Amino acid sequence: MNRRLARSGISIVAVIAAFIVLWEGYKLVWTALGWEIPVSPDNRTMPHTWDILLTLFRPAQRNGPPLILVEALAALMTLREAFVGFVVGGAIGFGLGVLFVRSRTSERAFMPYVVASQTVPILAIAPMVVVWGGRLDIPQWLTISIIAAYLTFFPVVINTLRGLRSPQPTAMELMRSYASSPRETLWKLQVPAAMPYIFTALKVSAAASVIGAIVGELPAGFRGGLGRDLLQFSQQFTAAPEKLFAAVLIAGLAGMLFVGLVTLAEHRWVAASRRQGSEITRVPA
Amino acid sequence: MTVPVVDARGVGKTFGTGAEQTEALRGIDLQIGAGDFVSLIGPSGCGKSTLLRLIGDLVTPTTGSLAINGKAPGQARLDRDYGIVFQDATLLDWRTVQKNVELPLEIMDFSDAERPVRAVEMLSLVQLAGFADHYPWQLSGGMQQRVAIARALAFRPSLLLMDEPFGALDEMTRELMQQEVLRLWEETNISVVFVTHSIPEAVFLSTRVVVMSPRPGRISEEILIDLPRQRTQDTREDVRYFQLITEVREALRRGEPGGGS
Repeated sequence: MNRRLARSGISIVAVIAAFIVLWEGYKLVWTALGWEIPVSPDNRTMPHTWDILLTLFRPAQRNGPPLILVEALAALMTLREAFVGFVVGGAIGFGLGVLFVRSRTSERAFMPYVVASQTVPILAIAPMVVVWGGRLDIPQWLTISIIAAYLTFFPVVINTLRGLRSPQPTAMELMRSYASSPRETLWKLQVPAAMPYIFTALKVSAAASVIGAIVGELPAGFRGGLGRDLLQFSQQFTAAPEKLFAAVLIAGLAGMLFVGLVTLAEHRWVAASRRQGSEITRVPA
Repeated sequence: MTVPVVDARGVGKTFGTGAEQTEALRGIDLQIGAGDFVSLIGPSGCGKSTLLRLIGDLVTPTTGSLAINGKAPGQARLDRDYGIVFQDATLLDWRTVQKNVELPLEIMDFSDAERPVRAVEMLSLVQLAGFADHYPWQLSGGMQQRVAIARALAFRPSLLLMDEPFGALDEMTRELMQQEVLRLWEETNISVVFVTHSIPEAVFLSTRVVVMSPRPGRISEEILIDLPRQRTQDTREDVRYFQLITEVREALRRGEPGGGS
């Protein structure tokens, strides 16, 4: 276990180092050759990696706390909205999956709208939800969670449905021969069989819920989250590009943290032999 | 007179409707008594699996009447009269061996105290006592199939339905498993319906072999296997055993379209 941890630690450091080398190497070579395509190597477009990292430890505002602290707090705020959205969206997604597997009619009736919901740009939906939430006196961060849930539920519906249908027909027939009720078949056979599928969806949803929360913060004009800072820094990009890069770095880390927590839960709840890409495979019959 | 375990009269099954219709079975008359071991044998497409699934209430007949222990198949299923073993062991790979055997007991509301007792008892019956805490993927194909048999017998059904249960096993494992099934059959005095396409397997195991022919599936002959009920490895070298194999083989040839004369 410790060796595995060490190995994954080494690979993380190696990837980061490789990225820095590529970034700085690109800047060096492109500057020497005078190339501008595809991206100009100058410091206004591609700041030095160390400038980006140093910015994190400089005050965000005159005499204020360092940027990393400000952004970490903002990330926590955004993660809270994302997490609530993730839970709500996940529960709705699971519920719809169960409904659809029980009733083909409801699947035929509602599935087109579930799919259609994801083709509507979140940027169009978000302002409406913000306005409605404001009229209903719902706390602003909760409104943003609803926007996050809108992105979260979709992968969960699709994968739950697929997972609930994954048991072999003979397994379903065995349950039938035990005179099992639909409820027992659901909880003893279909849901456990669906767990690897559901966790795959939850990992996608965890990342999507962070995006949903950031996007939701914009029309809400929500202070204290990552969304507003990202918007502000992108407006200041020509003057201080390293700030935007630093904030993007924090946003990325927040998403990774969330996905990492879901992966930990997966390791807790899904047996090693059933995880995707598992080294342990079934013994051939 | 005792009620037969299986009583089929004029049973037919047609799948699909209109131009897509296929007649899988026609005019099946079959009686199976308590303690019988009946094999269904025939070429693919003869409807032997369909007949087994009709008996087990996994599909319903289109015509004729079918009674299990004197009841409608649906009632027999609700009364948990059936234990079923498929070609694939169909174990739940998130459950240990013991928990797999306990699955039907959980659904049938056996008490928390009784479930493990029964499961352990069944596992020792199929000689897997030491493997209760293993997961299915840690077992060989033959062992997985033993777990499936233990699971099917755990709630003491009166009728065991086996659909080519050893079809995926190698020859040596297969012969071992045949001995095991015979031993279980004697110890539990259960009735067995066994689908196979192996002639020696059908003769070795059965008290009666039902020979079926295709298009539409029907019973062409029934052959009584008059070998002593106690079968051993020596049975496989018995002259009568070989005679019966020849009889079944000839019955199968007579059943082939255009093969009989």
